[in-house]
Amino acid sequence: MAIATGTVEGHRPKQTSFEVERIREDFPILKRKIRGKPLIYLDNAATSQKPQVVIDAITRYYSAANANIHRGVHYLSEQATAAYEAARAKVRAHLNAREDREIIFVRGTTEAINLVAYSYGRKHVKKGDEIIVSAMEHHSNIVPWQMLCEEKGARLRVIPMNDDGELLLDEYEKLLGPHTRIVAVNHVSNALGTVNPVRKIIEMAHAHGARVLIDGAQSVPHLPVDVQDLDSDFYVFSGHKVFGPTGIGAVYGKASLLESMPPFMGGGDMIRTVTFEKTTYNDLPYKFEAGTPYIAGGIGLGTAIDYIGQLDLSAIAAYEHDLLEYATRAVSGLGGIRIIGTAREKASVLSFVMDGVHPHDIGTIVDREGVAIRTGHHCAQPVMKRFGIPATARASFAFYNTKEEVDALVRALLKVREIIK
Amino acid sequence: MSDLGDLYQQVILDHNRSPRNFGKLADANRQAEGYNPLCGDHFTVYLKVENGVIQDVGFQGSGCAISKASSSLMSAFLKGKTQEEAEKLFQTFHEMVMGKLSEPERLESLGKLVALSGVCDYPARVKCASLAWHAMIAALKGESREVSTE
Ligand SMILES: Cc1ncc(COP(=O)(O)O)c(C=O)c1O
Repeated sequence: MAIATGTVEGHRPKQTSFEVERIREDFPILKRKIRGKPLIYLDNAATSQKPQVVIDAITRYYSAANANIHRGVHYLSEQATAAYEAARAKVRAHLNAREDREIIFVRGTTEAINLVAYSYGRKHVKKGDEIIVSAMEHHSNIVPWQMLCEEKGARLRVIPMNDDGELLLDEYEKLLGPHTRIVAVNHVSNALGTVNPVRKIIEMAHAHGARVLIDGAQSVPHLPVDVQDLDSDFYVFSGHKVFGPTGIGAVYGKASLLESMPPFMGGGDMIRTVTFEKTTYNDLPYKFEAGTPYIAGGIGLGTAIDYIGQLDLSAIAAYEHDLLEYATRAVSGLGGIRIIGTAREKASVLSFVMDGVHPHDIGTIVDREGVAIRTGHHCAQPVMKRFGIPATARASFAFYNTKEEVDALVRALLKVREIIK
Repeated sequence: MSDLGDLYQQVILDHNRSPRNFGKLADANRQAEGYNPLCGDHFTVYLKVENGVIQDVGFQGSGCAISKASSSLMSAFLKGKTQEEAEKLFQTFHEMVMGKLSEPERLESLGKLVALSGVCDYPARVKCASLAWHAMIAALKGESREVSTE
């Protein structure tokens, strides 16, 4: 079967199974040695590695097609514009949005949430209104709403979670009411790995007339996402976590909502006419894309989406699930370990603490074995507080990770025990 | 390449396991908090200062082995030092953990604190080693605010 979009050069037939060794060949950095040992990259929730096709697409753009977009009549500008807009279409297809103009390119999830809070939020949230977030949000899905609440005299409410790191939907139902304007929840938690029942969360919010933003930073790399099926009002993600470049991401918003929203930033490209008396704004999506965008980044993201598109996504999901189970069992087996985040539905993330050893020391020691994990609060301080810990160690997986790498992590953790007695 | 043993020396592991002067100092007349938001290390340093001399030191809080051992070693080392001496020690200590000590002979003035010299090979850990020191300086200056490493 050929790739549907058929635009990646050097594309190959869609894979119907999953061979991790072959996949690893696509990621040049995985051949690197760290301090003389093979790199074992288990920090994919922070950012993912990039396949060669993405790196090549960026290089090719700069070496053969660099020009500003939407502005020139010359050949290169037309080519660059076409490539950038093709990337938008790929993002649309990947999220199954209805129209290309519902996809707005931004720097990443953080900017995406700020855009929605600033533009939709400032227009629709009034004094006395309520915005609901969950207890497991990344700071970027807390702070913009807090700023909005402060400005408008609105109130931030929080959906609590249980000790496994699962949201309490009964409590959520109680929070919903006539004052609820916006619900903002992550699809997958970066600190706990919980996969939240966002379809249900959205349905419940809609029953109260509230709009919903889903933070898809951790879901788009691991799950198929269908914004129409979810009926999400806004869905946002970062390119760098889905094997694309840093500095590019997207907002999906329902066209009717985006139409009604004021611009986020003013400047070039987002206007139709400018006089000193009055400016009229451009159509979607350009109304929200002021200034020269990260063209190479958009093209790189499009290529990353093509790349995952030609993999067998259900085989990958099964593989990742298996890997996470294997890792959970292996790390728990060490004893003196507490796994933080034990939800029934989980993806990719294994957060844990070790008796008598601070996560920071774990991070430093395993790094010496070539194992890259994240330690700290993962930009989710309220989650740490909820579990009564200052920080966790977190291994997060991608489809190019292997059981052998998990074994190496376990050996490195044994070394931690050996050193910090 | 430096060995992990250079970072986690026996002295450090020992002070991590059984920190000295751990706990609130009842008759402290200066105190300040140190917080590293990146890793959640959080310590309060208590000082009893009389006539410009540090009579007693205590600390409380939680953090990684490096920050805890550094707090403990510091607390033991500062007792009986003058304010001026403490400030100078901080300078020297800071240069050591940054790997920027201009005159190596000044290392001697640091005594047991030299155990933390391995930190300079781990840039991400320098803040752990210096957290309690920043709090100590803030306390000496009578600043009761929380100091942050960020
Ligand atoms: C759940 C979640 N939301 C938001 C973000 C912020 O993404 P970015 O830093 O790419 O803007 C992250 C990244 O760590 C995340 O994991």
